[in-house]
Amino acid sequence: MSDIKELIDQEVKSGDVVLFMKGTPGFPQCGFSGQVVQILDYLGVEYKGINVLASDEMRQGIKDYSNWPTIPQLYVKGEFVGGCDIVREMFQAGELQQHLSQNGIATSSAA
Amino acid sequence: MSMDETIRTKLTAAFSPEHLEVLNESSLHAGHHHTGRPHNERFPRDGETHYRVRIVAGAFTGMSRLERHRAVNAALADELASTVHALAVEARAPGEPGRRGT
Repeated sequence: MSDIKELIDQEVKSGDVVLFMKGTPGFPQCGFSGQVVQILDYLGVEYKGINVLASDEMRQGIKDYSNWPTIPQLYVKGEFVGGCDIVREMFQAGELQQHLSQNGIATSSAA
Repeated sequence: MSMDETIRTKLTAAFSPEHLEVLNESSLHAGHHHTGRPHNERFPRDGETHYRVRIVAGAFTGMSRLERHRAVNAALADELASTVHALAVEARAPGEPGRRGT
């Protein structure tokens, strides 16, 4: 495993909910990243945001890691859930809340 | 061939869709930075960078959301690696309800 892959692997597994995004949760720098932040904040989920703009290596590396061409990317318990569209569709269908609670992750709004 | 046509051609070849819409949404993102490029370089209004596809195909039956998106991404891998910066995917199997109840 290359250094960047190893670093990403550590980051992915560093929390229950990890979001690779452009910008930070407090200041998203892309509308798609911002949408996922809004959904996670709405659900009151604790998550770790990783700003891929801080490193070109990370920005490309995360795409290779998940074989997914775009950012944001949401991981729950080390597993890739999806990008902005998938997260939004899951949220609208109530599946995201279900997925989180099945993984033992607390949300503040009732699913 | 324009990027719209390329996307349409590739998705048609890959999935033989019953329904396919390819929407160029680049103008909605005009002015937003292309990060990693010089600071003054922004997406142009007439760009071919942001797309949305609405696709209904039998090939998606039994596939999860993630699998459907991965299949579409794979069909457009060359485009995603070059000019297309963002791709929104609404993929359904025939008979599944859409977001707008269509």
